[in-house]
Amino acid sequence: MSSVQIRDVRKSFGNFEVLHGVSIPIEDGEFVVLVGPSGCGKSTLLRMLAGLENITSGTISIGDRVVNNVQPKERDIAMVFQNYALYPHMTVADNMGFSLKLRGAKPEEISTGVKRAAEILALTPLLDRYPRQLSGGQRQRVAMGRAIVRDPQVFLFDEPLSNLDAKLRVAMRTEIKELHQRLKTTTVYVTHDQIEAMTMADKIVVMHDGIVEQMGTPLELYDTPANQFVAGFIGSPAMNFLKGKVKSNGSAGFEGPNGVRLPLKTAPANSEGQPAVYGVRPEHFTIADDGAEAEIVVVEPTGSETQVFAKLGGEQVVAVFRERHQFSPGDKVRLKPDPALVHLFDETTGKRLNG
Amino acid sequence: MADIAITPAKAKSQIREATSWDQLKHNRNWLGFWFMVPAMAFLILFLAYPLGLGIWLSFTDTKIGRVGQFIGYENYEWLWDDAIFWLSVFNTLLYTFVASAIKFGIGLYLALLLNENMPFKAMLRAAVLIPFIVPTVLSALAFWWIFDSQFSIISWSLKHLGIINQNINFLGDPTWARICVIFANIWRGVPFVAITLLAGLQTVSPSLYEAATLDGASRWQMFRHITYPLLTPIIAVVMTFSVLFTFTDFQLIWAMTRGGPVNATHLMATLSYQRAIIAGQLGEGAAIASAMIPFLLAAIMVSWFGLQRRKWQQGENND
Repeated sequence: MSSVQIRDVRKSFGNFEVLHGVSIPIEDGEFVVLVGPSGCGKSTLLRMLAGLENITSGTISIGDRVVNNVQPKERDIAMVFQNYALYPHMTVADNMGFSLKLRGAKPEEISTGVKRAAEILALTPLLDRYPRQLSGGQRQRVAMGRAIVRDPQVFLFDEPLSNLDAKLRVAMRTEIKELHQRLKTTTVYVTHDQIEAMTMADKIVVMHDGIVEQMGTPLELYDTPANQFVAGFIGSPAMNFLKGKVKSNGSAGFEGPNGVRLPLKTAPANSEGQPAVYGVRPEHFTIADDGAEAEIVVVEPTGSETQVFAKLGGEQVVAVFRERHQFSPGDKVRLKPDPALVHLFDETTGKRLNG
Repeated sequence: MADIAITPAKAKSQIREATSWDQLKHNRNWLGFWFMVPAMAFLILFLAYPLGLGIWLSFTDTKIGRVGQFIGYENYEWLWDDAIFWLSVFNTLLYTFVASAIKFGIGLYLALLLNENMPFKAMLRAAVLIPFIVPTVLSALAFWWIFDSQFSIISWSLKHLGIINQNINFLGDPTWARICVIFANIWRGVPFVAITLLAGLQTVSPSLYEAATLDGASRWQMFRHITYPLLTPIIAVVMTFSVLFTFTDFQLIWAMTRGGPVNATHLMATLSYQRAIIAGQLGEGAAIASAMIPFLLAAIMVSWFGLQRRKWQQGENND
């Protein structure tokens, strides 16, 4: 196990720069998730960490060693690929033992290593099978087993759950997290799924267009997103954004679209009249007499909660209620955002304005 | 209730019994048979019949212009004591093994090379196919000139470089003649092997190489443990075809040497042609041609076992 330091790393393909100076400190034993929409450079960064892509500028160190010019096999990392990349002509045991075999390990050593990893992942009955005889989840586990056998300093995961169906994905998510808690190996995990990021990470790094938008624990990102992008990316259903301006009228407040009045706990200093974006998460709406009037468009009950799509000041917003209200389309309700939990962003830069 | 009970009985009486012709009209196997008839007719007329006729002729003393008598194994007994026949068998085996082995080596090398990222990749891939596109007889004629005893460009170049002072008698010397026809066959056969293996290489997922890189494989180990095993099914196919084509080669030899000098390049196919058509001994020529069958069957058996689905390949029952 060791720490990983990514310092001002840039990557260009020809004249096209895809990473514009990314710095991420990763502590020993930490589970870091790189998350962002496709094309944000997260996979490229992971491949640079693995040594599959060159580093254009900046440095990456694993432990105390700068690895920019170190061969992938010398970096002491193991990677799990999205398509698993299992060798189709080798049995599960051979797949898992391949790296040890190449390293020149003795047959007994290889079988001990493979057995240990197989026990950790409950793969022992499958050791003699070929990859094509396995289900998606089993292949995924073999790919992880191949990584565990090597006992590396750092695990790299490149969207490992994308090829699995929804139910299996949830199960594997837990399995990977449990594995990390057991082995405590530094892990860098790339995904485009914010739920995977929220549920698994010690630290989430939100990337967008080749830069780091924000880094922090899942709850930090959820509670105080640094900008409108992170606010919209983290959380499901996504945060509602309403354009307008700060307008205090006796108490701090916000004038939304078509003059809808929305509450603020405190207005940011010197912000009176400033155009801004008002952000409120669907789960932070309540029904209250002093709320803003909205007309219900669609009601989607999921059992545990109910999603309500409504027109608020002419803009569509979504609200989520745990309690069971009797709503039907066309009903008028009064939606009130919790003033302590609303977010205010600069209209042009998207930066967070309230504390 | 009563109405319902009566109606079906009425309807039933109107349905006439299906005749056997009706059943045949709806029989999918019968229909399938008729769809197969054109292909079957084609195969029988142009493959099975000539093969049968050839084998029959080899048991007769048929000459051109004269219907033969059945003479049993006499043609084969003659061939058994015929040194030229045995020489042609040796030549054919030598030609097939040497040319196929070298074609495989060069073809695999070219395929690996063309699978790399390099400038003008598409153009190079197209260029590799050229020897395959040129009609065999035309390329044979070109080689005939290249290896000509007086006008050979090779002899001319070597003389001007001062390496030799006399023309090499390429097609006049038995050893040289064998080297020359094998060379020409390799030149012609490499593109087929290279392009087919290239197609096989491109089915190997690049992520396997990335995984192997991280597992610590050197380039040789990647070839040895990943590329080669994954390529074996396609190697079996391409080499079977290559061996069959080479074993039965006729055009190149006939255009370049006609089996000479002193039968040094006579293959079974050219000898058969010479005896049957040129000399008119159809029965004996057919016997030589039929003698190729065991060799070809052996080659097909080898590939049959080589082509057996490997356990790891897709598309077979589990375990």
